[in-house]
Amino acid sequence: MLMLIMRHELLLVLITVILLVVEIFLPADRKQKIILPSIILFGAVMILGFIPGPTGSLFGGMYITTPLTLLMKNILTIGVFIVFLQSVDWLKKAENREKISEYYILLISTLIGMEYMLSSGDFLMFYIGLELATIPLAALAAFERFKEKSAEAGVKLIFTSALSSGILLYGLSMIYGTVGTLYFDEVVNGINGAPLQILAFIFFFAGMAFKISIVPFHLWTADVYEGAPINITSYLSVISKGAAVMVFTILLYTVFSKITIMWKDVIYITAILTMTIGNLFAMRQQNLKRFLAFSSIAQAGFIFLGIVGQSQLGMTTVIYFVLVYIFSNLGAFGVVSVISNRTGKETINDYDGLYRTNPMLSLTMMLALFSLAGIPPVAGFFGKFFLFAAAAQQGLYILVLIAVLNTIVSLYYYLLVVKAMFLNRSDRPIAYFKSDGYSRLGFAICIAGLIIIGLYSPVYEFINQFTFGIY
Amino acid sequence: MNILLLLIIIPILTIIGILFSRDNKHVRVISAIGMTFQLIVSAIIIIWYLAERNAGNTAEILFASNYVWYETLNIHFFIGVDGVSVAMIGLTSIVIFAGIFASWEITDLPREFFISLILLSGGVFGFFISLDLFTMFLFYEIAVIPMYLLIGIWGSGPRQYSAMKLTLMLMGGSALILVGLLGLYFNSNPSGGPLTFDILEIAKVQIPMSAQLFFFPFLFIGFGVLGALFPFHTWSPDGHASAPTAVSMLHAGVLMKLGGYGCYRVAVFLLPDAAHELAWIFIILTAIGVIYGALGAIWQKDLKYINAYSSVSHCALVLFAILMFNETAMNGAIMQMISHGIMTALFFALIGMIYGRTHTRYINEMSGLMKVMPFLAVAYVIGGLASLGLPGFSGFVAEMTIFVGAFQHPDIFHRVATIIAASSIVATAVYILRVIGMMLYGKITNPEYEQITDAKWYERLSTGTLIFGITAIGIAPLWLSNMITAGLGPVIHKLLLSMN
Repeated sequence: MLMLIMRHELLLVLITVILLVVEIFLPADRKQKIILPSIILFGAVMILGFIPGPTGSLFGGMYITTPLTLLMKNILTIGVFIVFLQSVDWLKKAENREKISEYYILLISTLIGMEYMLSSGDFLMFYIGLELATIPLAALAAFERFKEKSAEAGVKLIFTSALSSGILLYGLSMIYGTVGTLYFDEVVNGINGAPLQILAFIFFFAGMAFKISIVPFHLWTADVYEGAPINITSYLSVISKGAAVMVFTILLYTVFSKITIMWKDVIYITAILTMTIGNLFAMRQQNLKRFLAFSSIAQAGFIFLGIVGQSQLGMTTVIYFVLVYIFSNLGAFGVVSVISNRTGKETINDYDGLYRTNPMLSLTMMLALFSLAGIPPVAGFFGKFFLFAAAAQQGLYILVLIAVLNTIVSLYYYLLVVKAMFLNRSDRPIAYFKSDGYSRLGFAICIAGLIIIGLYSPVYEFINQFTFGIY
Repeated sequence: MNILLLLIIIPILTIIGILFSRDNKHVRVISAIGMTFQLIVSAIIIIWYLAERNAGNTAEILFASNYVWYETLNIHFFIGVDGVSVAMIGLTSIVIFAGIFASWEITDLPREFFISLILLSGGVFGFFISLDLFTMFLFYEIAVIPMYLLIGIWGSGPRQYSAMKLTLMLMGGSALILVGLLGLYFNSNPSGGPLTFDILEIAKVQIPMSAQLFFFPFLFIGFGVLGALFPFHTWSPDGHASAPTAVSMLHAGVLMKLGGYGCYRVAVFLLPDAAHELAWIFIILTAIGVIYGALGAIWQKDLKYINAYSSVSHCALVLFAILMFNETAMNGAIMQMISHGIMTALFFALIGMIYGRTHTRYINEMSGLMKVMPFLAVAYVIGGLASLGLPGFSGFVAEMTIFVGAFQHPDIFHRVATIIAASSIVATAVYILRVIGMMLYGKITNPEYEQITDAKWYERLSTGTLIFGITAIGIAPLWLSNMITAGLGPVIHKLLLSMN
């Protein structure tokens, strides 16, 4: 029965084992057959995740399951499910066919890593989870190894994440050195703002900032995002980032709660830098993958406004915003992915006149972008509003002002895409095509999410009931 | 069910109807039916409201319904109306009704056009009936964003530039509003109880002076951007000139009033002490805006630019009147919003119709139109006379009330500002009469104009509705004025309290 505490991870491990075994017995020309069963299996795990089960800790407190971690895992699983749906079309391409089960195994492995990270009760487990979440991603980024850019992306990702992990680990070892333990519960009491601990925190922060791509640790993002296959990019920018943000917030609120006064300013300044620089670079992008990469950097800056709120409102809103962000960004990436698979076109100019040929795709894209920009009635509006409220609660009105001005800048470049799709005319627009059923299901989930999460307040209340006592 | 909910439900149903319609003709008919219902519901609300008041119901807000939305943050969906918002609802439904008929000939993507237009109007209705700042802000943004597509797709001239400029400036305004709203929220309960976005609750609270001084500019400028507060009005001429007819009508007629209404209902009502303290800055700005808009209109040759600048002038007058903080001037401000809303919608509708026939908007290229299209020409003259404040039309009532109210302040500063603002009437007369003289009278210089036909039935219906509105207010202003005065009570009361 104890194993039920770890049911999320165990089920996922089970899937990967099944996939590995099936892979051995599948003849090369029938590898495609594995797609549907994997998605169904994963969907089953996603649904099972919502069934309430026991909570508690394992391995002497290294692994902890609380209702909150379950909730965060469920959110990530939904996101991964959408990514799976969106990648079917791409996997069916001739050059990827023989690697289909590898794709699933690698992707699920990173998810397992993130779930361990979310559930960690000490820094060791946290670090193992983080590594497990990162290393398969580098393999995935280089998935289209015959493309130079994809291979380059893989190498860049592995180097930067190795560096950031090293820095992070250095920070963790300093914490161990000053406190003498790695367990979160005990570290909290040991942290008193000693100079070495502050240094440790800075190293820890830098390591995490790499993962979340916070300015000035964001330089790898655009290249990797552009080079990696689109579905991996969307996974990196949504799931990977979302998991890192949630863990980071919880650690700041719990482990580092004694030195709030120290990290508050760090978050404050990096939030401003991240929003502004992300936005300024996004404005000039033509390639939609790079465009969304910089936009996701800017979004991370907005999330920091919630973190700086240091309250239950902040915690709830960060998780809520990650949920909203999953649906918005995956919606946008889904459209880019479908169009890129069918036509190979990836720049904003290629989208000229898209609405007149592909109205549904354009509408999905518009809703997703409006959600990212924070325009009602889609969910992004609520997410942004609550993030700003969390910061305003601390009286940081100047920060809020800078953030809302940044949303206007972001609105400008999101509107550039809307302009291309709706306003511009083109002699040779992207011709009409019918996207595959999996993608359409993915879009349907994204749009439903965008509309429901905002207007239907119980979603927020549901998250809120689990965040009590975190701060 | 609360009758006010119908104002939001009808647009939604209409949009769903349009989605399922087959062709262009169905789209128009469904939109027209939907907005006719909207007009009828608004009329019922006005009559019902008056009946309740006559029956002695003195509640501050009528038809109130309060539903909890986000419980943890104490966000409610709180709707209700007082005299002022009822008047604004009436204005909106008249303008959108006329707007549907004015855009009868849209052929490019008609479905999308009418959906955006009706979505916009739904946002405006939602804004006017909201009494919770969160929902108010939500509806405000819903009303602004369709404008981008409406101008960008169906506009003329530098439409993409204008659409982007307008959207970004208005959203910039809403960014300031957002900061102000959060400021109100976190100061809404100084004693430490639950925070609230409820306007009526916040009005009962004495917000600390330092917070008021900090947040008042955010709210007043934020809403002022939409209300064409000088120097944040620059989106208005470009936006109006590029927008298609119905959008100009709705935008100048209704959307700019959101700004005035927001300044009145949120900025001045909820932060009265700061309003008194800082009013002088904004009085100067609005007085400049009034005279600047009028002078700007004189210099223009393009009909839409003339009218856009005249809108800047008239809307600045609304804000000017709100800042006078007395009952007469505020009454005039609301009257001016209604009057200008209908009048300017009439102008833009007529300009669209004239442009559709002459294919030019430059007044020096047109002449003698009175001979070929008497109906439209006479309608234009009526609109013009109302605009320059001829007694018998709504413009006179509104401006008269404003200047009488403004002149009640005995000090030199207010007197001078009032005189400057009042002198815009002369400028208004100049540009209105110049347009009428050049465009409508004289000989027909362009032989092609001989072939022009007069208004079609839907154009007559559109303009007729608006002319009816102008004259009805002009001839019998008392019922409207009484309705508004009753609504002003709490605001004036709060302002007087803060003065002492």
